[in-house]
Amino acid sequence: MNKLSHAFVLLTLLLIMPLFGQSQCKQFAKQVCKKELTPYIHNGNYNAAILTEGETAEMYKTFYSKQNYRVYICESSAMPRIHFQVLDINRNVLYDNKKNGYKMKWDFMPESSQQLIISLKVEDGENDSDGDPISGCVAIMIGIKQDGNDSP
Amino acid sequence: MNIRFSLFITSLTALLILVTPGCKKDAENTDENTSEQTVTVDSIDQQLVKDVKAVKEMFYSMPSPLEVAMILKDAGETYNQELLNPLNHTSRYVTTKSQALNLGIYTTDLSYSSLYDQTQTTIDYINAAKKMAEGLGIMHAIDNQTIQRLEANVNNRDVILDIISETILTSSSFFKENQREAISTIVLIGGWIEGLYIATNLVEKTPTQKDIDSNELIARIADQKLALNTIMKLKEKNKSNGNLDEVMADIQELKNIYDEIEIETSKVVPVKDTATNVTTLKSETSMTMTPEIYKQLKEKIDVIRTKFIS
Repeated sequence: MNKLSHAFVLLTLLLIMPLFGQSQCKQFAKQVCKKELTPYIHNGNYNAAILTEGETAEMYKTFYSKQNYRVYICESSAMPRIHFQVLDINRNVLYDNKKNGYKMKWDFMPESSQQLIISLKVEDGENDSDGDPISGCVAIMIGIKQDGNDSP
Repeated sequence: MNIRFSLFITSLTALLILVTPGCKKDAENTDENTSEQTVTVDSIDQQLVKDVKAVKEMFYSMPSPLEVAMILKDAGETYNQELLNPLNHTSRYVTTKSQALNLGIYTTDLSYSSLYDQTQTTIDYINAAKKMAEGLGIMHAIDNQTIQRLEANVNNRDVILDIISETILTSSSFFKENQREAISTIVLIGGWIEGLYIATNLVEKTPTQKDIDSNELIARIADQKLALNTIMKLKEKNKSNGNLDEVMADIQELKNIYDEIEIETSKVVPVKDTATNVTTLKSETSMTMTPEIYKQLKEKIDVIRTKFIS
């Protein structure tokens, strides 16, 4: 019966852990990442996932002419560095944070509306104390700043 | 006992397999998306293709209701309250699809009114959005504390925009957390159509070719052709959802008209201003749309929006 209980607990944990991770990721995006966009206002869209070192994510998004944007890549602590690039639709590199001291924020203003790709990779780091690859929450946050002329 | 134990483990393994399709589906979708992507990037090197195929998570981000309203405002247009979805319509929305569409619609309306400092309207519309969110099971997206915070900051537009952004984040993360991303897409489509409806109704009734070529707001309306690509990708990601399929039938008709609009963008050159640390993505764009196509577009948007708020 002990074996049965242990198996049940183990499998229950396996089932609920991903949900717990998602929930933690949501709180992290809301409480930590959003603040870093100031004075830009977060657009509200939730783009976050649990990633492990070596894994990549991409976001496709249309950015509009003459709007001021901030891209902020936010990761939970103890994660390895993140390498991110902003690419045009033909995958030409417009920004590479590796060439900018691994800065996680990039402010830009497109002259023409266009679709861009934000591509990121969690770099390989030192494994945790058990030798397992490190995983954590990574969020792609998009902030917008209103034009100076905003009187009603 | 051994047989019972084996049966128990077998049952739990079966349960695990049943629960796993959510992850498997994501992996399948990623494969589909990446394989499609390689079709359009066949000129790039093999390493890049390998990297794209290894992408674990693909996000397709539509403009949020707040973003839609900001684009409207920055195109320099005026405020017209008559264009908003009437508040007394809330009781009409009892199905998941209508509540999701109108959560997006009311959120665009409240974002639009907040950007023009229409504080009482903003409060009224956040209450309408609250009803839609509650109908969809998101009890905490807009709670009484949110509304009290909004009322206490009626003269502080930044705080109001932050509250709106937070409510959108709470609902979009709720849907992702609960594997209801199709509903999240429907919310965004509702908000997006509302933005198009407001925009097309702020433009003069029958714009000439000269108006079309020079009007900032018409240019932003034409730009939405790009957002349609994202909607199509989101549809692929959320296969076989009846509610989304119904909404997409309307969106496909709109896309057929948008396909008639040609947009060309030159090579993008990033230029960084070292004083402000802001990079300008320099490029030129040309858009070709006739008054006839614009007319068809406006009529189709009116029809879809009328259907969504009915």
